[in-house]
Amino acid sequence: MSTVFTFRIDGKDVAGSEGQTVMEVAEENGIDIPALCHLEGIHDRGACRLCMVEIAGSPKLAAACMTKITEGMDVTAHSELLLEYRRTVTEMMFVERNHVCAVCVANNHCELQDTAEELGLTHFDLPRISPKVDIDASHRLFAIDHNRCILCLRCVRVCDEIEGAHTWDIMHRGLETRVQTDMGIPWGESTTCTSCGKCVQVCPTGALFEKGRAVARGSKTRRPFLPWMKVVAEERGL
Amino acid sequence: MSRTIVIDPVTRIEGHSKITIQLDDRGEVVDARFHVTQFRGFERITQGRPVHEMPALMARICGICPVSHLIASAKAVDDILAVEPPPTGVDLRRIINLGQIVQSNSLSFFHLSSPDLLFGFDADPAVRNILGVARQNPQLAKDGIGLRKWGQQIIEWLGGKRIHPEGIVPGGMATPLTAEVRDRILAGVPEAIAAVERAIAWYKTDMLRWEDEAATFGNFRSAFMSLVDREGNVDHYGGWLRVIDADGKYLADRVDPKLFNDYIGEAVEPWSYLKSTYWKAMGYPDGIYRVGPLARVNVAERMGTPRADEELEKFRWRVGRVAGSSFHYHYARLIDTLHSVEKIEELLRGPDILSKHVRSTAGINRNEGIGVSEAPRGTLMHHYKVDDDGIVLWANLIIATGHNNMAMNRSVLQVARRHVKGETIAEGMLNRVEAVIRCYDPCLSCSTHALGQMALQIQLLAPDGKVLDELSR
Repeated sequence: MSTVFTFRIDGKDVAGSEGQTVMEVAEENGIDIPALCHLEGIHDRGACRLCMVEIAGSPKLAAACMTKITEGMDVTAHSELLLEYRRTVTEMMFVERNHVCAVCVANNHCELQDTAEELGLTHFDLPRISPKVDIDASHRLFAIDHNRCILCLRCVRVCDEIEGAHTWDIMHRGLETRVQTDMGIPWGESTTCTSCGKCVQVCPTGALFEKGRAVARGSKTRRPFLPWMKVVAEERGL
Repeated sequence: MSRTIVIDPVTRIEGHSKITIQLDDRGEVVDARFHVTQFRGFERITQGRPVHEMPALMARICGICPVSHLIASAKAVDDILAVEPPPTGVDLRRIINLGQIVQSNSLSFFHLSSPDLLFGFDADPAVRNILGVARQNPQLAKDGIGLRKWGQQIIEWLGGKRIHPEGIVPGGMATPLTAEVRDRILAGVPEAIAAVERAIAWYKTDMLRWEDEAATFGNFRSAFMSLVDREGNVDHYGGWLRVIDADGKYLADRVDPKLFNDYIGEAVEPWSYLKSTYWKAMGYPDGIYRVGPLARVNVAERMGTPRADEELEKFRWRVGRVAGSSFHYHYARLIDTLHSVEKIEELLRGPDILSKHVRSTAGINRNEGIGVSEAPRGTLMHHYKVDDDGIVLWANLIIATGHNNMAMNRSVLQVARRHVKGETIAEGMLNRVEAVIRCYDPCLSCSTHALGQMALQIQLLAPDGKVLDELSR
């Protein structure tokens, strides 16, 4: 039997098992911490930095999805500072690539858009980078528009952990970082892709989409498969 | 001394422009030009986008006529997919397109032009506006607002929202029509018909005042172009291109709209962002033709609906089989609107209009596609080229206002010549120059996409019109 830790999030007494993350316990207790890379059913990676929280006694912020709980810790998940911080992180995601909600396939079905709205991000102070970014529409069923990719790497993880194909990975560094299929070949030429579509379903924005979907018609309704797939994987010891 | 009169900005039109009128040292008009000073560039910014996005991207060209661009663009993508939308999908597209025509025609006639017609071109601008109309002739203003609302509601109910609706998609429509929405639209038909007929009755009695004006309001010989159906009646969605000359003789008939490039050329002038299209057989700049409501009533045999046909007969009795004066755009626009309301009702009462089969799907089957439809202001053409993955490589748009560009310039010159006498500029000249532009209801935000060097030309003219010096870049 695992050890139970009691601690506090935003002044609320909560409890969780050893090995759980702050994010998991917060979710169980109905405390909403914004996140774009975290998704129930796949392992966390700490890529988006939206779930950063303050921990009493620690000089730096910690990612709630990557921080294991400890006995008696005092977590602040919501404060003016954190709100400002999260707003800036979201703003940086927008200005780094080219996001145009009005003509995006994921308009009104987009987690980035929802996050911006929840955080009250009404305008950009940072200059837009407006990079020239490619679209890969070579796959028969799906396409990726790197303009809308926020590098949450959900596609990479779901492809590896659930589908077991590991078609997706990342290449380059810094601003040049891109998700890639196989060793950087066009998606349509990938020999590992099973065309299962899980990457499209987990993508939080309109970066990965089904071809032929018109603007604002890119809802992702088949995501609940994930937790079940994870349970099956764990039961079989995969 | 020679001088230039500049009207900047031109008001009560859609977009930004200015007019320059060049006078010689005797005060006679030498030249007049309609400069479109804004630039949009959609032909360039859509390059690199997946073709399925095109209708929604192109809709963003205009907040007044997004549906027109959606229709022409969706048809161009249909062509690239090589699919035929299901018949009900086509009918729903027709209805939403006609809803667009009703609301935009109403905006042009009631909101933008009726103040000139009600108060006269010389009236104080403080009253010569839609609010003045609402005080002087409340029924007229109410009818205009009501018609526009009804048209906008059709767009919202069929397409999802009033401006930039998302329901018009490649292959057809995103969602089928429900009986409830059909009945809601039908319930508004009687009032819509009554409103247009009241406006037509008012216009016809009022028109006598303007016979003199009409003679010089863009009154010239030109060709006219429009889409017509199998019987030669007006077709706002599909059919064939027909072009007639000023005497009504066919210059071309039953032309597949996809072949428009064989017939129409585009010219670029350094002083405007708006391209001028011309009838290739007659060359540039002689191949001048007009599109829009006036062209539709001139080109078609009939409108194809009973009330509109009755009005069309009266129109032809009054102004001739082929109306030459652009002043009659107003009258034609009302008949066009009446027809649209009747046609919406006819389509909604069709037996299969509630069919659930409204969209065809396919992959990229062609690398090039053309979509042509009738927008409120005239024939609208979208032409795209894509790679094998459906990424847009190239786009060309010919917008109704571009077809009318040369006609607008000629009209401005004609009105300026009539109202500038010697040293004095006749009262109301500036108002009339603006008003003649309004006849065409130009949408400049829609029509300025050519990309190149910024248009700038400076000419030093001698009184005899000789160019003494010229700078351009």
